[in-house]
Amino acid sequence: MTATSFTPIASAAGGALIGLSAVLLMAFKGRIAGVSGIAARLLPPYEDKEFSGRLAFVAGLVAAPVLMWLATGRFPAQSIEAGMPVLMLAGLLVGFGSVWGNGCTSGHGVCGLSRLSVRSLVATATFMATAIITVFLVRHWG
Amino acid sequence: MAVLLQFIIGLVFGLGLIVSGMSNPAKVLNFLDFAAIRSGTWDASLAFVMAGAIAVTFMGFKLALRRSQPVFGEKFHLPTREDIDARVVAGPAIFGVGWGLAGFCPGPAVTALGFGTSSAVIFVAAMLAGMSLARFVANRPSMSDIVTPADRLGM
Repeated sequence: MTATSFTPIASAAGGALIGLSAVLLMAFKGRIAGVSGIAARLLPPYEDKEFSGRLAFVAGLVAAPVLMWLATGRFPAQSIEAGMPVLMLAGLLVGFGSVWGNGCTSGHGVCGLSRLSVRSLVATATFMATAIITVFLVRHWG
Repeated sequence: MAVLLQFIIGLVFGLGLIVSGMSNPAKVLNFLDFAAIRSGTWDASLAFVMAGAIAVTFMGFKLALRRSQPVFGEKFHLPTREDIDARVVAGPAIFGVGWGLAGFCPGPAVTALGFGTSSAVIFVAAMLAGMSLARFVANRPSMSDIVTPADRLGM
């Protein structure tokens, strides 16, 4: 495992930016900033005519590290420990589970909890629990 | 105009993920590793990401929803369901296992594409496949008899 340092101020500030983004999307487009819902609807079947807006949002996400690179000359810290088979399995589970449960960390965790949604509270508690159990089994079992 | 704005809103989201450390899977996994609390290597930062994001969103949604409609749209698309069904437990349970295996959830994974690593491309490709599979299974006629239609979370 790669050690990381405790960064409460940067993390709270970054969280505030995520919140700002969610508020802007609600104010301007009337939509929940749930990345799983946005990403899933880039693929068919198409249920509405919001494709270009969703693509623009996703392009903004992808542009963020590039902007950091342009501004600072290097990419931010990122350490991916999982190998290829684990990444593929994890990606499948994250994709299937987030769509099956109608949301992920952003849609349920940030927007849903901010709306005091009980469904989102149940969803968030559930994915936190299974993620914590999974990390425990991978890192400390046997 | 609205499309450019959505690009900027996505950019702000992505910058938030990077500044907060959420875009680093190692940091996510070090937060989820509760056994590390005892050994002293636990990284509690992500609780602060959640707190910062929810504080702003909680207040901001109240302000934004004071208007009768969004600036570029006819109405606010808010989830209406309040029931706890099997899917809202099973979906997140499956999602959490994947999140715990790699440290990527959808936002950071898509943002990671901009880092230009093959790991991110592989994860996102698998994630999109999983998403399509879930939509396909959920939309089968036989499924709609036993589960109620999903509400439209997400934009």
